[in-house]
Amino acid sequence: MLVGILGVCVVAWLTANVFLSLAYYPGWYFHNRVLMALVGMVAGLGGAALLFYFINVTIESLPQRLSQGLIPYAFVLPAFGLIGLMLLYPTIQTINYSFANNDSTRYVGLDNYRSIFADSAFWLALTNNALWLIIVPALTVVIGIAVALFADRLSAKGENVAKSLIFLPMAVSFVGASTIWGVLIYSANPNIGILNAILGTSIDWIQQDTARLNSLLMMLILIWMQSGFAMVLLSGAIKAVPDETLEAARIDGANERQVFFKVIIPQIKGTIITVFITVVILVLKVFDIVYVLTNGNYRTNVIALMFFQELFTQGRAGRASAIVVILLILVTPILIYQVRHFRKEQGR
Amino acid sequence: MSAVADAPRVAKKSKRQPSYMKDGRPRSWTSIIVMVVLAFLWSVPTLGLLVSSFRSREAVSTSGWWTALFNPVEQGWTLDNYAGVLEGSNMAMGFLNTLVVSIPATILPIMFAAFAAYAFTFMEFPGKEILFVVIVAVMVVPIQVALQPMLYLLGPYGIGISGQFVAIWLLHTGFGMPLCLYTLRNYMATLPYSVVESAKIDGASHYQTFWRLVAPMSIPAMAAFATLQFLWVWNDLLIAKLFLLPTNATVIVQLQQLLGTQGQGAELLTAGAFISMALPIVVFVFLQRFFVRGLTSGAVKG
Repeated sequence: MLVGILGVCVVAWLTANVFLSLAYYPGWYFHNRVLMALVGMVAGLGGAALLFYFINVTIESLPQRLSQGLIPYAFVLPAFGLIGLMLLYPTIQTINYSFANNDSTRYVGLDNYRSIFADSAFWLALTNNALWLIIVPALTVVIGIAVALFADRLSAKGENVAKSLIFLPMAVSFVGASTIWGVLIYSANPNIGILNAILGTSIDWIQQDTARLNSLLMMLILIWMQSGFAMVLLSGAIKAVPDETLEAARIDGANERQVFFKVIIPQIKGTIITVFITVVILVLKVFDIVYVLTNGNYRTNVIALMFFQELFTQGRAGRASAIVVILLILVTPILIYQVRHFRKEQGR
Repeated sequence: MSAVADAPRVAKKSKRQPSYMKDGRPRSWTSIIVMVVLAFLWSVPTLGLLVSSFRSREAVSTSGWWTALFNPVEQGWTLDNYAGVLEGSNMAMGFLNTLVVSIPATILPIMFAAFAAYAFTFMEFPGKEILFVVIVAVMVVPIQVALQPMLYLLGPYGIGISGQFVAIWLLHTGFGMPLCLYTLRNYMATLPYSVVESAKIDGASHYQTFWRLVAPMSIPAMAAFATLQFLWVWNDLLIAKLFLLPTNATVIVQLQQLLGTQGQGAELLTAGAFISMALPIVVFVFLQRFFVRGLTSGAVKG
């Protein structure tokens, strides 16, 4: 028992100090980052393993009934400690900061919200966000279904190759994808940008804000990246549709269009919703594409980027926090849906 | 009905039928053409980048990358862009930094999440459902909510580790935790409960059962999450930009800065972009199977 408690304390203390030393005294590691990464991994994994071991020793020395009750919490605690520290505490603190001034030193009531709602830039960003939310998830799902259906009719090998190629952009970073599209496709120089080469023009596409053309062009980048993800999930769902149901519909005289809309779609509805929600969440979070290509100029700003600008460029913590709270409110319906759905599934 | 159903089966026997595929389904030329066009459209941007990154400054500005794609001779091929970007922008160091950031940030969350996932799958305890609902909820919350308080907490007025690698490992471990827990728990729920049961009868403690049985059996799910997390950490811009000193900058941050200084010209940019993409693409191609499994289990369940 004593050994266990002592062990927990010593391991926790040692691990914490090793990690802090990595930050405070890089000289101890000869400023060698590879060595630091190795030490970090060994200390992290070894520390965690030993910590769980000593927790286990401590709890097992307790009376049987007590230990059986405590063990689950001991297993869950470290993970939840991290979630609490990194996600729950900051969320509450952010809501708190949104009522404070820009150094978070004094409460200013609703001033941040008032100043945001009075800012036309905010409404512009919100409108753009709405556009992204209407267009990107829907198009991604439609392309995903179409590709999955066509790929399903190819030979096994052809299907694999085609799917891998369409899936590949998923591995590319948002910054990398924006570089590719911004330079090789949308560049104003017709010798570099293929769009101008095809049309025989030399327009700087990223600056064209008539009818939000530049926003649409940036949405294309995200759709290019995410279609593969949609396709993979939807293709799995389509393959899981039992053949008998398709056969039965065809015998009853349904044409292919009816088979698709009345038989396949209802059976893959769950997956469609999954993909849709995942892309919606992504769209709300993504700021990289707009940041890299226009930095929000030419009427392209979005909420996530506006937050970044307030926080990073302007250093206005109050307004930045208020924007995040609005983002949080925007995802709340999805959050409630997810939790409800999860509970329903557990109940079954 | 039988005639319709039999047709493919007959085709299977006579192998050389041109209008049927090996597995007996009819060959659909529409699908073939559509898919070839789509696959081409989807790969052309990446291919264009690869081609451009190997062309000299003059070649890039006088003829489009697509001409080099169709007529690969005499296009001013060169390795100068890579040399320029690796030395001039210090991208070699950036590459190393990104590895130093990504590998610990990929492995560390798994350890913590695995224990918790074990408890959620094989143990009963009060508050279990509520705790798991918290995880489902937290997966939806954008990480932006955490940044301002974490900047204070890790910054000079907090514990002062912001800017160092340790800070970013900690952050990615925390942010990756809900998804990791969720993925592992979903996988462990498919393991046969009888195995754990019989270990318990043999007198094994939960700690032993976890290490000897459940952890080794869950390796596929761990690999799936690891692939997903590696790509996410490697490609991340937001956290790396806010929490790393310029000397520790990752390739993604460097690429973003390169893109900001447009004077450089397109040829260095393309080489830089390709350096930042090379490893994720390799990981992706070789671990695609795991990656897909991670996606299907980790994607927000609908």
